[in-house]
Amino acid sequence: MMAAQSDIAIDVHGLTKSFDGRVVVRDLSMQVKRGTIYGFLGPNGSGKTTTIRMLCGLLTPDSGEGTCLGYDIRTEADQIKRHVGYMTQRFSLYQDLSVRENLEFVGRIYGLKAPVKAATDMIARLGLQGREEQLAAQLSGGWKQRLALGACTLPSPQLLLLDEPTAGVDPKARREFWNEIHALASDGLTVLVSTHYMDEAERCHEIAYIAYGELLTHGTVEQVIEQSNLTTYNVSGDGLQDLLHELDGKPGIDMVAPFGASLHVSGRNEKKLEAAIKPFRESGKYSWSRSEPSLEDVFIELMNRSKDNFR
Amino acid sequence: MSWFDRIGTSGFWRRAKAMLVKEFVQLRRDRVSFAMIVMIPIMQLILFGYAINTTPRNLPTAVLLQETSDVGRTILAAIERTGYFKITHRLSSVEEFDRVLASGEVLFAIEIPAGFERALRRGDMPALLVAADATDPVGSSSALGALNRIAQVALINERMLPDQTQPLFEIRAHARYNPAASSSLNIVPGLVGTILTMTMLIFTALSVTREVERGTMESLLSMPISPLEIMVGKIIPYIMVGFTQAALIIGFGILLFGVPILGSLLLLGLLSTLFIATNLSIGYSFSTVAQNQLQAIQMTFMFFLPNILLSGFMFPFAGMPVWAQWIGEALPLTHYLRIVRSIMLKGSGFFELQYEVLALFVLMLVAMTIAVTRFRRTLD
Repeated sequence: MMAAQSDIAIDVHGLTKSFDGRVVVRDLSMQVKRGTIYGFLGPNGSGKTTTIRMLCGLLTPDSGEGTCLGYDIRTEADQIKRHVGYMTQRFSLYQDLSVRENLEFVGRIYGLKAPVKAATDMIARLGLQGREEQLAAQLSGGWKQRLALGACTLPSPQLLLLDEPTAGVDPKARREFWNEIHALASDGLTVLVSTHYMDEAERCHEIAYIAYGELLTHGTVEQVIEQSNLTTYNVSGDGLQDLLHELDGKPGIDMVAPFGASLHVSGRNEKKLEAAIKPFRESGKYSWSRSEPSLEDVFIELMNRSKDNFR
Repeated sequence: MSWFDRIGTSGFWRRAKAMLVKEFVQLRRDRVSFAMIVMIPIMQLILFGYAINTTPRNLPTAVLLQETSDVGRTILAAIERTGYFKITHRLSSVEEFDRVLASGEVLFAIEIPAGFERALRRGDMPALLVAADATDPVGSSSALGALNRIAQVALINERMLPDQTQPLFEIRAHARYNPAASSSLNIVPGLVGTILTMTMLIFTALSVTREVERGTMESLLSMPISPLEIMVGKIIPYIMVGFTQAALIIGFGILLFGVPILGSLLLLGLLSTLFIATNLSIGYSFSTVAQNQLQAIQMTFMFFLPNILLSGFMFPFAGMPVWAQWIGEALPLTHYLRIVRSIMLKGSGFFELQYEVLALFVLMLVAMTIAVTRFRRTLD
């Protein structure tokens, strides 16, 4: 119980997991402080879900160790389950139960003293009054996701693991969802949330980026951008598509990507990048300006680099 | 342009073929289904082709000799030679005679009364008493039919008694527990067991695979609930469903077919509950082994067929070869049929049924152990 009081909620080292000989998560280490919203970013199939499942005891790591809320992830899964709320990527409450029945079921499993009252309070908190007798199957995507969040916060967990909670949800519902998460975090809850929406990363206190099963970078958004050492130019003008093809793959240019009406050209080595783009800048055909790399630039560059390491 | 022109016949086959190819690819991936397609017919054919026998032979028979005479021995030898009877018990009292029939140890009991030979030689036409357990009339009727003529002929040939058109002795056959040999008295209690087997297996066989297929299992596993708690919570509601079902069938059986309940209704209720729980546990264990609902249904079906055919429901149990009887002993319906027929038609009590009760308990515990150990607590 001493460890449970410490200010680190998740502390794992060297987690590795493979399925049928294919490594899905490789040597992953991470620390999450209590009371923070920790964003877990990465493309599809990068190992986010597998990592989350290892954290809550649903999967056993092949190697590596660590604690979740001070409980050993290998041996104390039962304790972890009591204090962790896990919201699955796919809606996993009972479609043929009503909103109220689903919440009462969860309340009873966790042994709440007054599951009926807890469900009523949660319905009010979620703004689901008037829909409490509706079957979960009849709810829209946004409401389902609110219900799922409600179900996993019902037993007052200390840690929330949210696996792509906002996938397929409209922008308004997404915003409300994030407001709710911030409200929960201000009550002292630790939240680990996976997503592949870049804008959601900015709403997190800290982020980690995972691709091909490896944790590539972590820290605050500013730290992650700074650590990347990326120099980026914003190019605008006509015929950007031609420019993209000409620049792509040139030495010194690590990434070219269209960004709305402009083009982002980035390189890890400032001097080499300057040299590579010099002839194009002098042509005067486009307008070039130095800009901050976006988080997306950083991630895509990281991903490209790690892909090169893997193939 | 008409609808037909737009669809076009060539297009019809192209699209149907696309569907056909897709079905084959999916079928090939589902290896369990594929194995079932091959396994089910072969297994069932071999099993039932050899095991089922509608004119059963070597039925267990007890004899009570009130006198030791050559005539008696000759008659018994002839009876055994018919192939229908196998003398397994030699009795010494009338009480034993009743007991072995009531307990189901034998299907027939034959009594040769004192003074039989003397009466025979005097031409008094004495009576040979044959009591049959008619709770299963299919089993007893053909054997009884054969008994009459063959025993008489044997006596004439071997004992050199004068050949007469008049029979020398009378066979007084008594169909116990079901004197009219009415098949509904046999089938209604059997149906209770058969219907319960089918419905109970299906209910729980789908219960875990359904959670897996609908994705609710992931949530459930992340909550603090143990496999045993999940199993108990899933089985108990269906015990009530099964109990209601049993009450309905028995109620209608009494109402429509006049099936009696000679024994204790309480005992019948208790042991039916045990049988229901056993089947639910077996269904539940299928559910933890099967990977999807289709496989669970297929496993249920594989289990249901031998229950129907080898339990003594459709064909007499005693008429099956020994290996088939052993399979039958491992099926809950076999034991429940004995329980339900004994309580309803013979009025048997707990003492006579203790072996069947024990067997059901063992089957239930085995199924539950498999279920709890097979239940995957993680998604590994």
